[in-house]
Amino acid sequence: MEIGLAHYLTVAAILFTLGIFGIFMNRKNVIIIMMSIELMLLAVNINLVAFSSFLGDLVGQVFTIFVLTVAAAEAAIGLAILVVYFRNRGTIAVEDINMMKG
Amino acid sequence: MVVQALAFYLFATVAVLAATAVVTVRNPVHSVLLLILTFFNAAGLFVLLGAEFLAMLLVVVYVGAVAVLFLFVVMMLDINFVEMRQGFLNYLPIGILIAVVLFVELALVGAGWTLTDEAVAVLAQPTPAGLTNVEALGQLIYTDYAYIFQAAGLVLLVAMIGAIVLTLRHREGVRRQKISEQVKRTRADTLEVKKVPVGRGI
Repeated sequence: MEIGLAHYLTVAAILFTLGIFGIFMNRKNVIIIMMSIELMLLAVNINLVAFSSFLGDLVGQVFTIFVLTVAAAEAAIGLAILVVYFRNRGTIAVEDINMMKG
Repeated sequence: MVVQALAFYLFATVAVLAATAVVTVRNPVHSVLLLILTFFNAAGLFVLLGAEFLAMLLVVVYVGAVAVLFLFVVMMLDINFVEMRQGFLNYLPIGILIAVVLFVELALVGAGWTLTDEAVAVLAQPTPAGLTNVEALGQLIYTDYAYIFQAAGLVLLVAMIGAIVLTLRHREGVRRQKISEQVKRTRADTLEVKKVPVGRGI
């Protein structure tokens, strides 16, 4: 019944895989793709905190704070771009986002 | 110990199930709500790991800010989400294949990994004894990691300004208050005294 590092790493690996899976399954919906990215960042955070806790090194938790910061900034900017794009084109389908192809 | 193990399995199971539902449900609003559930359970896992501050941060930042932002955007944009799900089943084989390959790779890395004694000896910042998690983290990020902490604040500032600049728009035909023009107004601009002849009006 002892919960070790491997248990947490397994949960994080499953969450990360689900994030990748979500990106592949929702190829058309940018919002779900961004949520999948958040899931993957969460998996990375779980890994960092698990190692930090089991090795007794606090730097992992400090790093997690910065990952959280960057994730929040990324979500804000990404959703802002999405809103602007929808305002201009009336769609957020991934295959229609090709204006910069030239 | 048994309670801890039960709590771990509860949080882990709910988190994984909710994350599975996030990427598979039809309605994106349900997706966002399940994402919130996933983050709550991940916060529970953080508490079990002894990282209370990060658990609270996860709830505040993700549930309070990011997920609500997602919810706003999903509800604000008028999108036919049913149309967007077309081809979902076409992607299922390749999606499952990639996921299985990735998970096997991660499992191999996890299984082939061991911790040496030297690694434990060279910890960068060993967890101080007798301090709470919040105190220990605070003593670290405000001293040794102060510059990086400031840089993180700068990242948030840039993100805030960027989001405002991106979504700001000047609509035509909207009447706004212009303080300078109001202050510049003189009596001669607006007022005219007329002599009105008796009995005739203007």
